[in-house]
Amino acid sequence: MKDFTLLLDRLSYEHGRNAKLRILCDFFAHVPDPERGYALAALTGALQFKQAKPGLLRALIATRVDPVLFDLSYDFVGDLSETIALLWPAPPSDTRPGSNHPPLLLSEVIHGLSGGKLDLPGRIAAWLDALDETGRWALLKLVTGALRIGVSARLAKTALADYGGRQVDEIETVWHGLAPPYLDLFAWLEGREGRPDAKDPAPFHPAMLAHAIEGQDFTVLKPEDFRAEWKWDGIRIQVVIGQDDHGARVTRLYTRTGEEIAHTFPDLCAALDLIPCDRFALDGELLILRAGRVQPFSVLQQRLNRKVVSAKLLIDFPAHIRAYDLLSEAGEDLRPLPFQERRTRLETFVSKAQSDRLDLSPEIPFTTFEDLAAARANPASHGAGEDAEAIEGVMLKQEQSIYVPGRPKGLWYKWKRDPFTIDAVLMYAQRGHGKRSSLYSDYTFGVWRGDPQAREGEAQLVPVGKAYFGFTDEELRQLDHYVRAHTVNRYGPVRVIDHGRDEEGAVKGLVLEIAFEGLNRSSRHKSGLAMRFPRISRIRWDKPAAEADRIEALEGLLRGKVG
Amino acid sequence: MRASDLLATTPAGLYCALGDFHIDPTRAVARALITHAHSDHARRGHGKVLATAETLGLMALRHGADHAGATQALAYGETLDLGGVQISFHPAGHVLGSAQIRLEKDGFILVVSGDYKRERDPTCPAFEPIRCHTFITEATFGLPVFHHRNSMGEIERLLASLHLFPERPHLLGAYALGKAQRCLALLREAGHAAPIFLHGAVEKLTSFYEQTGLDFGRIEKLDPARRKETKGAIILCPPSALGDPWARKFDDPVLSFASGWMRIRAFARQRGVELPLVISDHADWDGLLTTISETGCEQVLVTHGEAEALVHWARGRGLSAEPLHLLGYGDEEKEDSTSEPSGDGSA
Ligand SMILES: [Zn+2]
Ligand SMILES: [Zn+2]
Repeated sequence: MKDFTLLLDRLSYEHGRNAKLRILCDFFAHVPDPERGYALAALTGALQFKQAKPGLLRALIATRVDPVLFDLSYDFVGDLSETIALLWPAPPSDTRPGSNHPPLLLSEVIHGLSGGKLDLPGRIAAWLDALDETGRWALLKLVTGALRIGVSARLAKTALADYGGRQVDEIETVWHGLAPPYLDLFAWLEGREGRPDAKDPAPFHPAMLAHAIEGQDFTVLKPEDFRAEWKWDGIRIQVVIGQDDHGARVTRLYTRTGEEIAHTFPDLCAALDLIPCDRFALDGELLILRAGRVQPFSVLQQRLNRKVVSAKLLIDFPAHIRAYDLLSEAGEDLRPLPFQERRTRLETFVSKAQSDRLDLSPEIPFTTFEDLAAARANPASHGAGEDAEAIEGVMLKQEQSIYVPGRPKGLWYKWKRDPFTIDAVLMYAQRGHGKRSSLYSDYTFGVWRGDPQAREGEAQLVPVGKAYFGFTDEELRQLDHYVRAHTVNRYGPVRVIDHGRDEEGAVKGLVLEIAFEGLNRSSRHKSGLAMRFPRISRIRWDKPAAEADRIEALEGLLRGKVG
Repeated sequence: MRASDLLATTPAGLYCALGDFHIDPTRAVARALITHAHSDHARRGHGKVLATAETLGLMALRHGADHAGATQALAYGETLDLGGVQISFHPAGHVLGSAQIRLEKDGFILVVSGDYKRERDPTCPAFEPIRCHTFITEATFGLPVFHHRNSMGEIERLLASLHLFPERPHLLGAYALGKAQRCLALLREAGHAAPIFLHGAVEKLTSFYEQTGLDFGRIEKLDPARRKETKGAIILCPPSALGDPWARKFDDPVLSFASGWMRIRAFARQRGVELPLVISDHADWDGLLTTISETGCEQVLVTHGEAEALVHWARGRGLSAEPLHLLGYGDEEKEDSTSEPSGDGSA
């Protein structure tokens, strides 16, 4: 616990990202296995144990400290773990672990925590007795599962990458297959062993993302270098099929952030399991198809919103995958291949699969960008037929591009349909009028100035407009509920909706897709622009606020007047 | 005779009608007894001031020689009769010259602690417990979460950081009167012999301490032109300077702050402190309890600080206990003003 305690203590006082990375690297370099691996697990939230509830800790401290003194202290300090750590009386020195007892190890604590709930309070009390006050603080942060020391899993992985001289995406790639205390990971980073073969038979492949195309891009990009396909209005999904050690088939569905959601799509999984290929990974769009027709996003949203997957839900909302990329097949990693080769492999794969739940996202033939603009303006007459309503625009993919995790420049572009849409973050809400006066139905939304992904940066949301329609009554109820649950402040009738950062620096907030007819410069608005006829076209419950659009996207629209 | 016969609380603070004097008054009065020179206790403009010679010297240094109409020094242990009340000053261990004030009338003894601590401090005589009937105590750290660590251990943490980051200047924020000099003395005791640099606001008071015979080794005024020489050195400054542009002129400094408040993480984080040192010139919770017990008092009155928990504890021990809710006393460990506080820097 000593090294882990010192690590948490130092990190908790450190503000700079680089200094945090240095501290973490130093820790990985100097602390032996398995302690460093368990610390890494704690930092990345990879530990699985029943967390101690605040009530349990309060009951524990009540056995040692006068409750009035505890209440006054807690009131003053404000943090339960810290208050208890400071108040916990040191046991008489002869019972303290010293010469007779080896110091308490983080691994012992972790084993103790995962060993069932039997006498958890007794165990925690014994550990508290064995530790000094900083150790007690670190222990309590650990057992409550709330480290809150400003280190995200991503930052910890970045430090690992720095430590091993690797790219952070390499760490992400192997990460899903690893388990605490990560002996194989450290062996690889230290050059003692090869890259750990993902023990996860069906790991997540970090997704490749597209840039929004801007006016000036059309003057630089050559249409002959690109292939085009429809941009479907569903959610990005990665299907990964593998085999475990016993030869059993493993089926995973990942969102583009790597969240595993297979359990919510048993219908899809069953269909995918019929595909005669033991190992593959493909990238596509999750859609709802009824009688072969793609349903609008709002229909998919209804299925996503259900907590319980009932038989009726499976029948009423049949899920489907429209594939657009093949990442691996039969153990071969296809990501280093150019897009056009992957596309050929994908076409063969989908036709061999013969699944009624899997089809190919068709390509759009074009010669000039004008051709493509015409297709984008009218998908129905350019091959999309009755599915046109579920099309958000077109995608442009560079033929020679390999599959690069993240959002590399110059390779993939999205060109959304008119009306323009942007993803904005809900900032303020007000009650509506008349029939809606009991509901919060007027929403002010904003986009980023600066890069919200940079944790150090000064990224800020700039309000860019207000919308009060575009949603269904059901969505209005959901939004109203969200507003009430996430109000952080009030100014008269205006509620401020949480769009700050959490303790780890991640941005909180709800993303709204805003559709609008046009954009004008305006000196009256802080953002310098005014939207024409903005409305909420979609509620993006799934999208992290940090991935909402930036003001540059709107400024780009103003300059280029795309479309 | 009871405490209330001897002392009353007035808007200016504690007042003894029999002797016609105030103790640490928060506004100008005719006659003031001053426990110590911190600005919230020792204000300017009194008609007559009675204090230890060191406290008077420090008051003159901070407020000017004309801070009072007249002054009278009283040595520790020396007795004076004011209106039939026997008055004497006794070491409080808080800062140079700090005193508890003992009042006796008809065999009834009352002690006003002023600010005090129980931990050893090389720069001032140690606190002496005095038997009394009523003990009027401060309670700056009157909560059981406050347990000051051994100050030498904290100084060693600073030296360990200096060892770990030999390239980085270490800015140590410490209150200019008392804490700064105590840190200097402890650093020297810990064997740190390198020159220590002083921020301008710390200098004058430090030379005053030196004149009383304390030796702080090689200390240097910080010369802005020679800032490069502070690599791997300790620079003592008032806590407020840590947040000033002044601090940002150093190359990758380590920010450290010596205060009892550093025990609470949120305080340290709020200040952007990376190396919080829990070194306090006030008694911690255990120090307060021990002291109350040692005085053998029957009644505890709490002047300022976190009175509620202490009153709860004392009543639980069968003592009579009340908070006095005296206003106007700040706490120099949180002090923010870089300039010499002029008398109202106590907020
Ligand atoms: Zn004081
Ligand atoms: Zn004070």
